[in-house]
Amino acid sequence: MSRSDNLMLANVSRRGLLKGLAGGSALMLAARWDLGLANEKAQFGAGAMPGGWVDNPNVFINIGSDGLVTIVNNRAEMGQGIRTSLVMVAADELGADWDQVRVQQADANQEKYGNQNTDGSRSMRHWYDPMRRAAAAARLMLEQAAADEWDVPVHEVRAEVHKVVHPATGREAGFGELAKAARELDVPGRDALVLKSDSELRFIGKESGLINGELKSAHPKAIDGEDIVSGKAIFGADIDLEDTLYAVVARPPVYGAKVKSVDDSDALKVSGVKKVIRIEGTGQPAAFSPLGGVAVVATNTWAAMEGRRALKIDWDNGPAGDNASYTTEAYRQSLEKAAQSPGKVVRQKGDAEAALKEADQRVSATYYMPHMAQSPMEPPVAVVRIRGGKAEAWAPVQNPRATREGIAGLLEMDLENVTVHQTLLGGGFGRKSKPDFVTEAAHVAKEFEGQPIKLQWSREDDIQHAYFHAVSVDHLEAGLDADGKATSWRHRTLSPSIASLFAPDPKHKGEFELGMGFNTMPFSIPAIRLENPPAPAHVRIGWFRSVYNLPHAWAIQSFAHEMSVAAGKDHRDYVLDLLGSDREVHNLTVGDGWNYGEDPDLYPIDVARMRRVIERATEEAGWGRETGKGRGLGLAFHHSFVSYTAIVFDVEVDDDGELTIHRADIAFDCGPQANPERIRSQIEGACVMGIGIALQSEVTFKDGVAQQDNFDSYLIPRMPDAPEVVRVHLIDNPDDAMGGVGEPGLPPVAPALCNAIHAATGKRIRRLPVGDQLRG
Amino acid sequence: MIKLTINGEQHELDIPDNMPLLWAIRDIVGMKGTKFGCGIGQCGACTVHMDGVATRSCSTPVSAVQGEITTIEAMADDPVGQKVQQAWLDLGVAQCGYCQGGQIMNATALLKKTPAPETGEIVDAMEGNLCRCGTYNRILAAIERAADQKEANS
Repeated sequence: MSRSDNLMLANVSRRGLLKGLAGGSALMLAARWDLGLANEKAQFGAGAMPGGWVDNPNVFINIGSDGLVTIVNNRAEMGQGIRTSLVMVAADELGADWDQVRVQQADANQEKYGNQNTDGSRSMRHWYDPMRRAAAAARLMLEQAAADEWDVPVHEVRAEVHKVVHPATGREAGFGELAKAARELDVPGRDALVLKSDSELRFIGKESGLINGELKSAHPKAIDGEDIVSGKAIFGADIDLEDTLYAVVARPPVYGAKVKSVDDSDALKVSGVKKVIRIEGTGQPAAFSPLGGVAVVATNTWAAMEGRRALKIDWDNGPAGDNASYTTEAYRQSLEKAAQSPGKVVRQKGDAEAALKEADQRVSATYYMPHMAQSPMEPPVAVVRIRGGKAEAWAPVQNPRATREGIAGLLEMDLENVTVHQTLLGGGFGRKSKPDFVTEAAHVAKEFEGQPIKLQWSREDDIQHAYFHAVSVDHLEAGLDADGKATSWRHRTLSPSIASLFAPDPKHKGEFELGMGFNTMPFSIPAIRLENPPAPAHVRIGWFRSVYNLPHAWAIQSFAHEMSVAAGKDHRDYVLDLLGSDREVHNLTVGDGWNYGEDPDLYPIDVARMRRVIERATEEAGWGRETGKGRGLGLAFHHSFVSYTAIVFDVEVDDDGELTIHRADIAFDCGPQANPERIRSQIEGACVMGIGIALQSEVTFKDGVAQQDNFDSYLIPRMPDAPEVVRVHLIDNPDDAMGGVGEPGLPPVAPALCNAIHAATGKRIRRLPVGDQLRG
Repeated sequence: MIKLTINGEQHELDIPDNMPLLWAIRDIVGMKGTKFGCGIGQCGACTVHMDGVATRSCSTPVSAVQGEITTIEAMADDPVGQKVQQAWLDLGVAQCGYCQGGQIMNATALLKKTPAPETGEIVDAMEGNLCRCGTYNRILAAIERAADQKEANS
């Protein structure tokens, strides 16, 4: 059916639903669209998220009579570029001139905007379709308005760039001229919408920007780019309200501890300090609630920090229980010991124990990954003002809904009385999924009716009171036959669970944690046994970009390399053989009921796609080439967030143990690509962050207290740590369902780097970070 | 009273001598482009120019300020700063953007002193500026691009 044929079917039966507004402001549709229409399986994907999806053009798109198109972005912008990419998707479908497009950031309101929890690499895969439909509906409304104006059938007109034309008579009208009449029209039904064909698209899927060293057309540019380079972009701490007071908080060094006594006499003498306030923590489990402690409120941030330095606090570690004796080295040893005994069986195929006993050769290894802090460059910060029974917050949060609920819960207010404005996030990485810092600001603000409180975390606060990435021990054993072929695979994984944050510690990983690359390990081996022995939590455990995919990929991809070495086979050939034939693995068949929330029919684990990224990365890297002494190539790959990544590092280690990363070749398959330029930037950035995970980043604990507190002790990558060259190879795959982008680039980085180190030096790394293990 | 000249404008501020320049700029003068990242001179998000020299404002007490302060807000009026900003835009350097003001300030100071730096000189000069998003390869490429353009135009 041609597009114009379909336009004749435009249904105009929803008359009366719209409430037109004067001037250029956005329209609101009172009734929710019928979710059932385009979402047959509401238990999966966007439809299963709290608040679901919305594709009403009047919620997301406003066209002023001056032609300015304002598109609402309902997701948190934290560097992934969603404010550009999602707006670009809508602008392309609408036919808007990019120079006349503006973005408006949505406040927290999931009833109006659908799900806003920016987490799980979901923004584009859940919002691409709704935003295209919203824009297509708006375009059809503009076409209808023009057709009405010219008294011609709508199929005779068509939208071009920022205007509607009637080719038969040469008449044309700009979007701005048509906006008022279009606003009066009914929103067409979804069955009337025809999305643009790929050949009609100007932005979506088009390569632009810096592509492997070469600059292509850079249109459209990042929507916040000019503000960022000129210092005008507004992050959380940049909110500037009159009469603001500034607060910092001294928190209990041990998770669960409380204030025994506080002497604030010196603090109150600090010039500018106004008040010292006790904040009661909620104890364990902490969920998204503040840890409690003592807040110092002052006329500027520095005075508040000076006041905090002058506090004398006695902490009561009693309520913290055995958290107060949590010490990293002892804990690591306890997990390694526990890994020697069987644990809860979560996936079983054949008799792995028997096959291990019968194997010609056994390979065994234990891998360790430490706690890490997300440490976005912008530490947590929030501004909250409470007045007249209402609360208003400005904050860089990934989860505006939870932020709103946290404040409402604390203040015992109805949700409608709490407004949360979303600022730009100076990085998130999972830290800002937890709005404890905003609730903390509300605690202080309720003592200052009508006055805005800006509560700032220092870097020390951020690192010492993170929601830490779970520490992990993974113990693997494999049996090989006389040809080196794997006959059995046993993997025990041990990590404290994020569930310990919300409920009594289950001491075992939950389904969504095991589903991150553990159960879903795709190797085709006759006997498989996957176990999860217990591991208690002693600190707040939380999401860190890619979450449990990090330890699982680290262990599995390192171990597969160890197996290939034991078998005397080429690593690539060996893992392609381990993967087995091209096939689709349904998550339920491997004991995973989660599948990142997605429909297994749309998102099976596709071995062919895994094979393709491995082949692409190794080909681009020149796999098998002679590298010379002290230099080697290392491979790893991983499926996560329903996307596929493979990476090959080319590294060199000199006689002093100095590591140089010459090059990274990364093949990435996320299915259809909305904005390839931002996909590349996410994958490049994940590569650098992953290098830090491999080489540097670790938070250790002694008697329950984090031993690192700033970037001189908690190390993250600097420019010299980045590869000399990073090449991202995007797999052209428009036919599969869209996958995640923000997180899947990260998990294979550390194992690929350590495999490359082994290829260069023969030294096997089993404990992260590498630190000085290459020296001496 | 502390006297500061910031982007050519003079300020007289009633603040303690030991207040770091960062907080004077952000909380007292009210300019928000200069960012707080670590407070101990480890991350570079707070980088400003003090008489043209890249300086960590978070660990510079106002009493130690000598000379004129320039912040990211003034880079659009600086011929070298403009080229750096443009290169940043051309190459889509920024992800979250929080550190990029400091990166640009440091890069601009480098190019003013060393108009055509070697790659190694750039890496050395930029080592003190952290980017958690991991945009280093693009930062490096953008500085090289800005340096090239500077030569071409001079």
